[in-house]
Amino acid sequence: MGLKDFFKNRQLKKAEKLQGKIALNGSVNGHDIKTPPPICDDVLCSLWTKCQSCKELLYTSDLKKNLSVCKNCGYHHRLTSQERIDQLVDYGSFIEIDENVLPDDPLNFVDLKPYKDRLKEAAKSSGVKEAIITGYGNINNSPVALGVMEFQYIGGSMGSVVGEKITRLVESAILKRLPVILISSSGGARMHEGILSLMQMAKTSSALKSLHEAKLLYISLLTEPTFGGVTASFAMLGDIIMAEPQARIGFAGRRVIEETIRQKLPKDFQTAEYLLENGQIDMVVPRTSLKNTICDLVRLHKQNHKPIGSNNGKGIFHEMPILARI
Amino acid sequence: MKTEQDVIPLDFEKPLIALAKQIAELEEKALNNGNKKIVNDLKNQYEKVKSQIYKNLSPIEKVKIARHVQRPYALDYIQLISPIWIELHGDRTGKDDSAMVGGLIEIDGQTLMAIGTQKGRNIKENQKRNFGMPSPEGYRKALRLFYHAEKFNMPVITFIDTPGAYPGLEAEAHNQSQAIAMNLRELAGLTVPVIAVVTGEGGSGGALAVGVANRVLMLENSVYSVISPEGCAAILWRTRDKAKEAAEALKITAQDLLRLGVIDEIIPEVEGGAHYNPSLTSQCLIAAIKKHLSELQKLTPSEVKNDRQDKIRKMGAFISV
Repeated sequence: MGLKDFFKNRQLKKAEKLQGKIALNGSVNGHDIKTPPPICDDVLCSLWTKCQSCKELLYTSDLKKNLSVCKNCGYHHRLTSQERIDQLVDYGSFIEIDENVLPDDPLNFVDLKPYKDRLKEAAKSSGVKEAIITGYGNINNSPVALGVMEFQYIGGSMGSVVGEKITRLVESAILKRLPVILISSSGGARMHEGILSLMQMAKTSSALKSLHEAKLLYISLLTEPTFGGVTASFAMLGDIIMAEPQARIGFAGRRVIEETIRQKLPKDFQTAEYLLENGQIDMVVPRTSLKNTICDLVRLHKQNHKPIGSNNGKGIFHEMPILARI
Repeated sequence: MKTEQDVIPLDFEKPLIALAKQIAELEEKALNNGNKKIVNDLKNQYEKVKSQIYKNLSPIEKVKIARHVQRPYALDYIQLISPIWIELHGDRTGKDDSAMVGGLIEIDGQTLMAIGTQKGRNIKENQKRNFGMPSPEGYRKALRLFYHAEKFNMPVITFIDTPGAYPGLEAEAHNQSQAIAMNLRELAGLTVPVIAVVTGEGGSGGALAVGVANRVLMLENSVYSVISPEGCAAILWRTRDKAKEAAEALKITAQDLLRLGVIDEIIPEVEGGAHYNPSLTSQCLIAAIKKHLSELQKLTPSEVKNDRQDKIRKMGAFISV
């Protein structure tokens, strides 16, 4: 009996018991109840997670311990930006910057709902203020400037705030002579800010031109999914570009391409492995070795990075007290 | 100049066509009857209707003008503004993409690099030009020409009229994203003046890849957008039929973009659109290019670069607490 069946049986038994109780008491509120009331499975759901790829039921805490990678099939589940930071950065070393750069509604955009309402809903459901978190942190004691996109916030779309926060991060990395790591997960440019979203592609790329001229390292990590204006700007400009296994990455979406060329696309089209085979990225890195790979890369490029402050090969934030996260 | 009969009318221009027909018929009769008053009245009404239609064009109507099959394209403007045109071909690695054209032109004795997306006017031309949707090789050809311009200190003029970068299997396999991204980054770093002109459709990243400039100009009836109104409607309204609403919401007209500070100047067109009189439009275009060029050429190379980067840096609207 698989885990799934076990779980199902248990739920059925519970339902039977409950129905028995109701039968003993006659009726509830004077109504005969034929079907059992639904069992509240909030607790059960948080204990178990179904793998999005192989559908195996996994014990949630085991899955989290394995960095949200399915032990059964190796599928890399999407991470929240906070989970990503926790996995990648040395405990307590992350300092967020520009957290109060907040979205505006320059076009007074209304589709089926006002953009303003969408922003509020997105903030509520995702728990973050915009589709990217930026800041500084240490990776195995090496200081880096880090930006992590949040897909749960309007599909990780790039509007003015995402563009501004990336630009500010890159500018400060140039001043502090830090390597930059950007972790993308995005559907592309945000339509609700119209042309201003498009201009963020130019803005981030222009900032990366300055980083390039300053000869500082930029590592771009592409995660499930990265598309459109994000891929076609900062995400593809890394000195080193890496992707997580099976992540879907591309410019145009699969459906758009199929409609344009009127043919079915190969199954592995636009996956990280496909990109590697086509010479578009340097490597596909499993999450379990991600931190060490990034750390090694930063170390091997250290000749151009001059950390300020305590400079014994240790991070600039090494001596700082552990900060409580906001 | 094209006469109005030569122009293929758009659906909102049909009342005008009906009136013009009526006038022509009556004029013929009037010649016999001497009934000139009715003809004159009709002509007045015609002018009234005409200016009413063209003055209050909705965004989606501007999209239709911008996509008009007779609208002048990059090569038309190049022929009209420069006595010489030497086209340069190929990305030097595998292909020459005809959806992107580039080459040398001369204005007032000064050499310029002209680069533009190029649509075709019929099926055969569009097979070659791919409806003005460049492949990665097209963007890499443009990049090669940017470097050429930088080396020989030539200002760059780009003409933008594209539905967007081509969404195809081969384009993805050859890394469309990287081709666009590299152009964005390298355009930001040029020390020669760059002037971009949106002449028709400015279709998203595929347009921006040749549009990072010191000055961005737009023809009066052109549009520039992060996504096509149809594409936006399909995603946000869940039906392509709402393209009209999407076109309004996205703020894609030259007038909107000037208000948003994304572009620097609107180049006027004749009533009805540039296709009614390409040569007059090109005269306005060349005057604007010369004006901006002379301003930019007062700057040193590093000032030119800073000017462009500062301009891009200011783009965006957010709240900073």
